[in-house]
Amino acid sequence: MPVLDRFKPKFLDHHDQSSGMYKSLFNFRLLWKQSIVITLAVVLLPLFTLAFVNYQVSTDAVESELLLRTSRLVSNARRTLTSYLHERIIALNFLILDTSFEQLNSQARLGDLLDHLKSGLGEWHDLGLIDHTGIQVNYAGPDNLRGVDYSQQEWYSKLNYKDQDSYHDTIGMRSDISDVFLGFRKAPHLVISVLHNNPEGQHYILRASLQIAQLSNILSHLEVRGDGDAFLINHKGIIQTPSRYYGEIMTQFPLPVPPASDRTEVFESEDHLGRAIVTGYAYITGTPFILLVIKQKATLMAGWEAARTKLLIFLAGSVLAILAVVFSICTYLVNSIYRADQNRLASLHQVEYANKMASIGRLSAGVAHEINNPLAIINEKAGLIKDLFTFRQEYANDHRLIGLIEAIIAAVDRCATITRQLLNFARNIQVTVQKVDIRQVVADVLAFQNKEADYRNIEIKVAIAEDVPEFFSDRGKLQQIFINLVNNAFAAMKEGGRLEIISRLNDAGSHIVIRVSDTGCGIPPENIKKIFEPFFTTKSGSGGTGLGLSITYGLVKEIGGTIEIESVVDRGTSFTITLPIEYPKQQGEQNARIAG
Amino acid sequence: MRVLLVDDEEELVSTLAERLDMRGIDATWVTNHHDALAAVEQEDFDLALLDVRLPQMNGLELKRLIAERRPEMKFIFLTGHGSEEDFKACSAESGPEYYLIKPVQIEVLMAKINELTQS
Repeated sequence: MPVLDRFKPKFLDHHDQSSGMYKSLFNFRLLWKQSIVITLAVVLLPLFTLAFVNYQVSTDAVESELLLRTSRLVSNARRTLTSYLHERIIALNFLILDTSFEQLNSQARLGDLLDHLKSGLGEWHDLGLIDHTGIQVNYAGPDNLRGVDYSQQEWYSKLNYKDQDSYHDTIGMRSDISDVFLGFRKAPHLVISVLHNNPEGQHYILRASLQIAQLSNILSHLEVRGDGDAFLINHKGIIQTPSRYYGEIMTQFPLPVPPASDRTEVFESEDHLGRAIVTGYAYITGTPFILLVIKQKATLMAGWEAARTKLLIFLAGSVLAILAVVFSICTYLVNSIYRADQNRLASLHQVEYANKMASIGRLSAGVAHEINNPLAIINEKAGLIKDLFTFRQEYANDHRLIGLIEAIIAAVDRCATITRQLLNFARNIQVTVQKVDIRQVVADVLAFQNKEADYRNIEIKVAIAEDVPEFFSDRGKLQQIFINLVNNAFAAMKEGGRLEIISRLNDAGSHIVIRVSDTGCGIPPENIKKIFEPFFTTKSGSGGTGLGLSITYGLVKEIGGTIEIESVVDRGTSFTITLPIEYPKQQGEQNARIAG
Repeated sequence: MRVLLVDDEEELVSTLAERLDMRGIDATWVTNHHDALAAVEQEDFDLALLDVRLPQMNGLELKRLIAERRPEMKFIFLTGHGSEEDFKACSAESGPEYYLIKPVQIEVLMAKINELTQS
């Protein structure tokens, strides 16, 4: 914590207990908080708003693009699939129109046709001819399906139903495409049937089965990004072509079958595993198939997510930088205001102190003057009585009377000494630079403290080396410095202490070193650095303003000196003042008046 | 030796005059500047002891008026105030050693009078 305390701004611990003109102008903690909050609000709110709006717009744009691409892919795939199936219906239709029933009923001819289909359009498995009763009368292919009765099959009824809404209405052919099924061969395939009426009004059907490998191939070659899956389901939701993620062929599609629509549709949802997906689908007209393209949204958005993460990191870095700058600047500014305010208060106190001293000076001078005149009368009257006693023989031998008069004159002299000290004190409060004898200054200051020292049994030792010369300085300031230091020493000491004032010339002979030491309570090391700061006091609640030593420090600086402190708790404190023998010019000019 | 004492405190100045008389000095006392000027017009004095703060006219001005009439006269200032301004002004007129703060012991005053009159 001491390390943190070193960086902690002082104004945070500021508690203003003064009142009136010496009260702080600001609540610094509040000012600091307000500055930070307002600055942060002004800077961060627009930043966050812009970032949020930008994020929303970008996300919407990316998602729209994603849906658009999916929709385009599904549309293209639907066209391809429709074209693929259409080609095969047309091929069968061509055969049934170009070839008579008798020819189709020929085993050899049907086999040739199957071979031609395989060589041209591939993937044909077999080819069969079904007569108007629903019996497969001829068959070409690897299985033995001749004679199979299809009359009860659903596709047969649907194809044979004249008013049905079927694929033939669109392209002029009566045809049917079955679901994918396993059939007798247990291999997935679908069946395409084409119906033809002969001139006698009897119909027959050419029926061919197709392996789905080519169909699956078309879907698997689609460029489906984002771990995508493209496959067919039928209207009941049975998977018709291989799917990467949503089940085996001929199993139930795990998600609801999308609603019927003439157009390509795209929507967002979650799959059976809870993953966000983008689904594009299209009903393939005239077939039982629904084309499904399903993309994993997380994979598709990964690029955008990476960019977003970088932006968020940049945003967080910016916010941290803004916080640091705002915090630092607000702290610096409030601290500057705090210091200026403290300097203002210290100056006010210093001015008040100077005014107080000037008032004391005027009062002292006034009192001394008023007392000096009656004292002078007493002095002269008593002196006259003494003269009369001395000059006239009848009283000359009355020693008792002469003793009494001398006692009065001695008392008057004592009073005169006090009033002279008062006058001397008052005179030196004036700002003057004059020749000063440090011995006299110390004597003047101690003159007022001797009685208290006697009462409190405090021993005072003054030792000023003989080689300490008179020097030019501001006697009033010097006097105030010593008054403050001696008062401090007296306040620190209990009964029976010892105050020492020792002065000597420094080795170079350029400065006078004065050491004022006491045997008082001392100052803890943590307070020593703050001891000259304005308003620092350990006498809280006992009337200490915390300004005495700061004023002393200022006065020493003003007369060109330095002041140092050494202290040991419970052993005492020493102040060492070093004053130049040559009074600094700058201060001399400022103080204007040089005493003659 | 003739000495003129000027002080608005009659009790003080009369007693001081009597004490100086006892020491062989012919002392005349007055309590205002009119009487002081009248006295120097009529009689010769070797020295004047002036209070600095007199009513209507201060001791410094009175000193100048007397010195115009009697340039040979010497002056000692007596004051109860002892302000820096008084001290400087009076020191400039008669030297800092002849600026005395009341109360003054008669021996000190006699020494100053003798110093001045013999110089």
